[in-house]
This record gives sequence, structure tokens and C-alpha cells, in this order.
Amino acid sequence: MATGDLALGQEQGALNAQKRVVNDFSINVATVNGSGSQSANSVLLKSIFGMGVPVSGKNLFPSNIAGLPTWYTIRASKDGYVARKRDAEILVALNVETAKQDILNLPVGGVAIYEESLNLKQYRDDVACYPVPFDKITAAVCPEAKLRKLVRNMVYVGVVAQLLSIDLAVVEHGLKKQFAKKQKVFDLNFGAVKAGFDYAQEKLVKHDPFVLERMDKSAGQIIIDGNAACAMGAVFAGVTVVAWYPITPSTSVVEATTDLLKKLRVTPEGKATFAVVQAEDELAAIGMVLGAGWAGARSMTATSGPGISLMAEFSGLGYFAELPGVIFDVQRSGPSTGMPTRTSQADLLSTAFLSHGDTKHIVLLPGSVKECFEHGLAAFDLAERFQTPVFVLTDLDLGMNNWMSEPFQYPDKPLDRGKVLTAEDLEKLGGFARYRDVDGDAIGWRTLPGTRHPKAAYFTRGSGHNDSAGYTEKPEEYQAIMDRLSRKFENARKAVPAPVIVKNGTSKVAFIAYGTTDFALQESLDQIKKERGVDVDYLRVRAYPFAHEIHDFVASHERVYIVEQDRDAQLASLLKLDLPAEQVTKLRSILHYNGLPLDARTITEEFVAKEGL
Amino acid sequence: MGTATPAPKVNRIGLPIVDYRGGKSTLCAGCGHNAISERIIDAMFEMGVEPERVMKMSGIGCSSKSPAYFMSRSHSFNSVHGRMPSVSTGAILANHQMITLGVSGDGDTASIGMGQFVHLLRRNLPMIYIIEDNGVYGLTKGQFSATADIGSKLKTGVINDLPAIDTCAMAIQLGATFVGRSFSGDKKQLLSMLKAAIAHKGTVMLDVISPCVTFNDHEGSTKSYKFMQEYDEPINEVGFIASFEDIAVDYDSGQVLDVEMHDGSSLRLRKLHEDYDPTNKAEAVKTLMQAHDNNEVLTGVFYIDTQKPTFTDLLNLVDTPLATLPESVTRPPKAALDTLMHNLQ
Repeated sequence: MATGDLALGQEQGALNAQKRVVNDFSINVATVNGSGSQSANSVLLKSIFGMGVPVSGKNLFPSNIAGLPTWYTIRASKDGYVARKRDAEILVALNVETAKQDILNLPVGGVAIYEESLNLKQYRDDVACYPVPFDKITAAVCPEAKLRKLVRNMVYVGVVAQLLSIDLAVVEHGLKKQFAKKQKVFDLNFGAVKAGFDYAQEKLVKHDPFVLERMDKSAGQIIIDGNAACAMGAVFAGVTVVAWYPITPSTSVVEATTDLLKKLRVTPEGKATFAVVQAEDELAAIGMVLGAGWAGARSMTATSGPGISLMAEFSGLGYFAELPGVIFDVQRSGPSTGMPTRTSQADLLSTAFLSHGDTKHIVLLPGSVKECFEHGLAAFDLAERFQTPVFVLTDLDLGMNNWMSEPFQYPDKPLDRGKVLTAEDLEKLGGFARYRDVDGDAIGWRTLPGTRHPKAAYFTRGSGHNDSAGYTEKPEEYQAIMDRLSRKFENARKAVPAPVIVKNGTSKVAFIAYGTTDFALQESLDQIKKERGVDVDYLRVRAYPFAHEIHDFVASHERVYIVEQDRDAQLASLLKLDLPAEQVTKLRSILHYNGLPLDARTITEEFVAKEGL
Repeated sequence: MGTATPAPKVNRIGLPIVDYRGGKSTLCAGCGHNAISERIIDAMFEMGVEPERVMKMSGIGCSSKSPAYFMSRSHSFNSVHGRMPSVSTGAILANHQMITLGVSGDGDTASIGMGQFVHLLRRNLPMIYIIEDNGVYGLTKGQFSATADIGSKLKTGVINDLPAIDTCAMAIQLGATFVGRSFSGDKKQLLSMLKAAIAHKGTVMLDVISPCVTFNDHEGSTKSYKFMQEYDEPINEVGFIASFEDIAVDYDSGQVLDVEMHDGSSLRLRKLHEDYDPTNKAEAVKTLMQAHDNNEVLTGVFYIDTQKPTFTDLLNLVDTPLATLPESVTRPPKAALDTLMHNLQ
């Protein structure tokens, strides 16, 4: 068998040498949840990054602590594509349970690296097989049996590094960063990497086309996940009160925020200039956020779909009583508990109109980790300027996966704390009416509790109120407030992040999308151009309420495909409510909602079919 | 040349009582809640609290409307049904230098609001939490609430067959540090308790029986004026001497427990029940349970702990209210972002 393998290997090697595939493939690492593969995956990702090659990583994991299968895919793309690729070419099969199916899923000409004893070769003769005695190698470098399960993962990093020609020094550098202050841990792990590398060098004969070569495309770039980027946005927006309830996939937004606050917001005397509260549930979390916003502190929470549902009643209070607060929603698959560890964009409609009565909210829609940071910053300014809850919608794919990005820029504008009257202002004015539109911007002035002036206080309520914050059930007074709120929302169209017109040429056909759909769509545009010779225009929405440019963009095209990751065409529905009637019939939908991140091929195929290309 | 009107009586910060009043009550004439509003006004006036230093918080219901009827010079937040604790928590974190007074009802607290209520107690959030307890839902016309006693009767003749939740026993068990019960009709006791509440640091939970004259003041009700006049059983006589009052009173230390409050005031609890110790949690809960069996409505201060750290102590907050911190404190400098970016490269 071994001889046969070798013979075949040499033959294929000779064949593949002519058509090497450089810096353009995906690696799928199949492991068991809880086996500690995360750090190995991260080291491999950062090693490719260290080679200067654009890279992205995606964790497809179960809602489980340990024992269920999990897959991590790493995509290297010289062209900078970061979306999920439908078929990964290289498999690292470390999970006995799924190994057979995993190798059967490989495309022809793919690569399988697996534990020798699994004998996966029997299932495929059209892929390059590299059996590796992982257990034997691990045992040799890790005398302590307890640690072997973890160290074993590093062996595959070494094998893959050797097979793909990754510079071992780059791996070493990445590992050092990972285990910054733990020399012993580093030694053990690097020993395992080295053992894997050496084994591959001595025993495996390369007979596949995939290699990595140094580029300079990652120079100056950072790698970060969306949740950490949102956290940085919040912290550099000066967030001061954080209230939350743990929920996948948003938990790490608050964990990262808390870590940063502990580092950056403690006085020399050791006192905190911030408060983080793990609330009893999401109802309490949003209540605390709005209470703090009312009293003048920048406040936030982070949650996901089920938490958003629980925040509905308070969101209406926030809208009607005009209270600032920022809510990060890292969307996951619903309805109900749905698939907590799978991605989705299906909270858009429920968030935009969250609560009973005539309620609508400002919703920001970041499409990259950089925008997680920027929209995170902007959300706090908007919340205080417009005195209203502001939602930032990301998703599991953006939030929990690692992305390459330009470094984030320090904000060049001071915080916008909105319209707040001080005691001195009140002295000059002789008083104020909380909900009166004195400036024509549909935003009243507010005062904060503790303002030492006899005219500072007002009564905040979610029941009918007039412009002096007095209780009312008078039809004209109630309606006047509702109309002003509507004008305020209209004004927000110009203040929220403007859409990005990615491409607007002479095409009669266009795409509209938001958030992580962008990654796949950018690649799909190139596929459509390359394979069908067709140019398609593209606008990326970045916020609700929609800017007028979106209307103009639709008006200037004949057919507009709304690509989104939900079943019921929520973005298209929201656009239909907003567009003039004659524009509505132009909208078509391409929908993806199976829980996996969207890939380019899916869009391309459906677009080509629908357009009859 | 007319006779000079005498200057109105002012308190120690120079304010007349009118500066502590609110809007006209829209509650029923004779509602216990109005009497409680009056006592709050008296207590704040007598303690010389600056009205601008007070936040009035409430949920939804008749009781929760009442903050509109006292202290118009204080910021007020009439929030969502059963959710006043969370809004108060947020507001207190933003400004922990304020005196926070929450008014809730038995429905707002013991039914829809139970989840948030117990966590507020557990955190020992520094605020005064008053339950205006009448055993019924007023705004929806007289359904039983969860504090209605077993066997009590609605006007319609419906008998309550579920046991009452004793919010005081619960508060003691869960971590509130000043727990008492009073009656809206007992001016003296309620006023002393409210003044002591203002002087306390931590969660003050006062369950004030406050009869609903429209839906629960009839024969067969255990939350009526008549029932309270008959069965109100004070466990101690509550006396309060503010820190700024210079009154020396001799008392028998065997009969009076003198508690020094956070602001230097004295809470003097004269024993009416033999050997009752309001610093002993287990005893307090046991006594309340026994009172239920004996059909007594115990009032007075059941439990006090002036030492336990509050939620804001645990969070180790700076003295300056978080809401007023300048941008130079809340937004980290550029160098901090540069370092973070460098470490991610």
C-alpha cells in the first residue's frame, strides 16, 4: 500500500508541478469541539498572514462545549477574497467521526492529511493523501499524556506548513505572539510543530499543486474578529456603562469591551471610571442601558436574536421617551433558539421596528471589521445626538471570525454628546420644554439628573406626553409628538453612515446588499465579469433609515438584485416600504439562509440563472 | 403698609416645603398612596435634601404614577411595568451621587417585576424602594395581586386561594440592608422610617400597606384601613434623629437599639416584641413567617445592616458621577489605539 501510494504520489507530483496553485485555496480542519484546536488554527492562519498572503478564517462550530464535530476553514487568496469558498481543497481530518464524510466531500484533485490509522485512502483515489501518525509523533514530543490532546493539533500545523512551503520561522513568530509570556507552553507547542514539520519533510512526498509563496499583501494589516472590533469602537467612543446577558455569538463583544475598559479606564488610584454589569436577563440589560443613557452616561449592551426579542418593550420606551443607548446585535440563525452557532441576517426587520406601536429605530450595518469599529464609534454619537436607541447589526460570521483589515484610525472628531442643557444654560433661558422642537431639527433639549437648577427637572414617561413632558391624552398633543419623532427619523437619513456605491457604471442591472454579504458579492461580481463578460453595478447599504442615494441608485437601474442572508427578503422588504411605488417592481431577491456564511458561487449561479445569461 | 406675611418656614437648606411638592394627584380621594407621597415630601423636607439631588423612579400602575405628585424639582422616570429596578440600576451607575427613590406597587414588584426586584435586592443597590402595597391591581379594576393574603376577598366575592408573597421576608433573605413594613395611615412610623431610609446606604425596601379605597377596602379584605387598624402589630417603635439634630435623649439601652446610620444619624428602635433583634437575618425571617400564621401584620424595621458594601462599592467607582466624566477620561488616547493596532499586526 505504502509503495503504491508513493508511486502514485510521484506520478501526480510530476503532473501537478506544471500547474502549481499558488496562494489560492482553502484548508478545512475537521476536529472535535473542545479539543483545543482553536489555537492551532489561529497559529496556522497567522502564519499564512505572516507570509504576506491575504487570509481569512471561519469557525463552523456546534452549540456544544465538547464532543461534537467542528470545522475550521482557512482561505488563502492572492486576490484578497475572504468569503467562504464552497469547497475547500485541503482537508486536515482529525475527527474520527466525520473523517469518511469529510474526505468524500473533497473536490477532485484535493488534498487529505489524516491520522494514518484512519486509512482514508480507501475512499478516494482522486485526491492526494498524506497519512500521518499524529498520535505517535505527539507521544514522542509530549511526555505528559494529559496534554497530548492539545499538543496533537500543533503537529498538524507543522505538517501543513511543510507541505505548503510555509516558512517555519514565520510559524515560530506567530506562536511566540500567541504564547507571549509562557515560555514553557511555547516550547512544548513549537516542539510539536517542529516534529510535524520534520515528519512531513522526511516521510511525505509532495504530490499536490498547492503552495504558499511570500507576498506583501498583508504588510501593515491587522487580524481581528468583528466582536473585538465592535468593542474597540465602543471603548473609543467612551462607553461608560455596559449591561449585558451572555448569549452566543455576542458574548465576546462584552468580554473584549470589559478587558479594554479594565486596561484603559482605571484611575491611578485604582478606581473604575466605568461599570460593567452582568444583568439577570436581556430585559434588565436594556433597562440598565436606557437608565444610564437617561442619566447621561454612554451605555451599551450586546446581544443576539433571542435577546433582541426580549428587549422589544424597552426599545419602544427608548424611542418614545427619547433615551440614548447602543445595542449591538450579533445575528445568528433563528427563529426561536434556531442555530445559535450559525450565521444569519434575519433580525433586520424585527430590529428596525422593534417594539409595539409606531416605533422605528436607527440601525447601523457594518460590512467589515473596520466598519465594526467605525460604526461602533458612530452609534454612540448618533444615540446621543438623536436621543434614541441605536442598533448595530453584525452577524456571527463577521463577529466571531478573524478578518484581515487596515488598522483602525483614531477618531478625528470629538464626541458628540448631543443637546444637553447645563444649569448655566437654564439660568439664561429661564427654563425649557423637554420635547419642544426649538431648533427645527426635531430634537428637543434634555437635562441630566443632578443638574443643580430648580428648572432642570422633567418627568420622563412612556405614556402620552406633550412637549413640556406633561402627561397627555389630547389627540393633537400626542400626534404632534409622533410627527416630530417621524421628522427626527427622516433627518437621521443624512446623519447615518452613507451607502457605499461600490460600482456604478453603465450597467442596467445592479446588486444591493449589506453586512457580510459583501465578501461573497465582491467575489461574485468578478466571477460574473470573468465568466460571462457582464458588468453589474453594486451599492452596499450601511444604515437604516436609508439615505436618498439608495433611491437614486435604484432609479438609475432596470433590475436590482437584493442579496441577503435571510429567508423572507427582509432588506428588500424594508426597501420596498421606502421606495417610490414605481421603483418597487425593479427589485429581485437572491436569498441564502442555511446557516453557513454566503459564498460567491451561490450568488453567481442564481444571478446567471435569473438573468438568463 | 399691610401686615407683613410671615416668612414661610424653611428647612436647613433654606427651602420651604412647597419646593418639595408635586403636581395634583389624579389618584382616588383617600388612596393610601397620596398619604405616602405626603410623608415622602415631609421626610425630604425635614432631612433638608436638595430636590435636584433626587431621582424618582417608578414602574407602571397607580403607585408608579405617584412620583408626579411629589417633588417636581426632582428628575423622574416613570418606566416600564415591573422594570423600574433595571432602569434605576443604570441611572445609579451613571450617577451614584444621587439619592434614588423608587416607588412601585405590589403588582409591579411581586408579579411582573419579580425577576428584576430580586436582583436589585441581591445587589444591595443603593436606593430606597417603596412598595405601595394594596393587594390589588387598581388601573385594571381590581384583580388580586401576589401580595394578597390567602383567604382575602375581592369586592366581587372572589376568594384568594394562593399564599401571599412576603416581600419583606424575601428582601431580608436576598440581601437588602434596610427592610421594614409600615402603613400609609401611620404618619409617625412611616415618616421616621423614610427619614432613616434617606440616611441609609444600600437597598432600603419598605413595604407600605396602602389601602385601595376603590377596590380593596371592604369587609373581607386584609389590606383595608379597618383591617390595618385592628391587626397592625408594630414590632418596634421607630425613632429617628438626624445627624444635624442636636437632641440628647436618655434611653434604656436594654430596651432601645441605637443604630448609627451612614450619614451619622441615629435610628432608634424601641423594642415592643421581647428579644427581637433586627440585625439577625434568620430571626427576622422566622418572625415574619410566624406572624403570617398568627394573622398579624407586623410593621416596623425588621432588618438593618449598615456595613454591607453596596453595588456601587463593589464596582469600585470613582467618586465623580460617571455621567459627568469628561471626554479626556472616557475616550482613551490615540497611543492606546496605536498599541492595540500594533499588537494585532
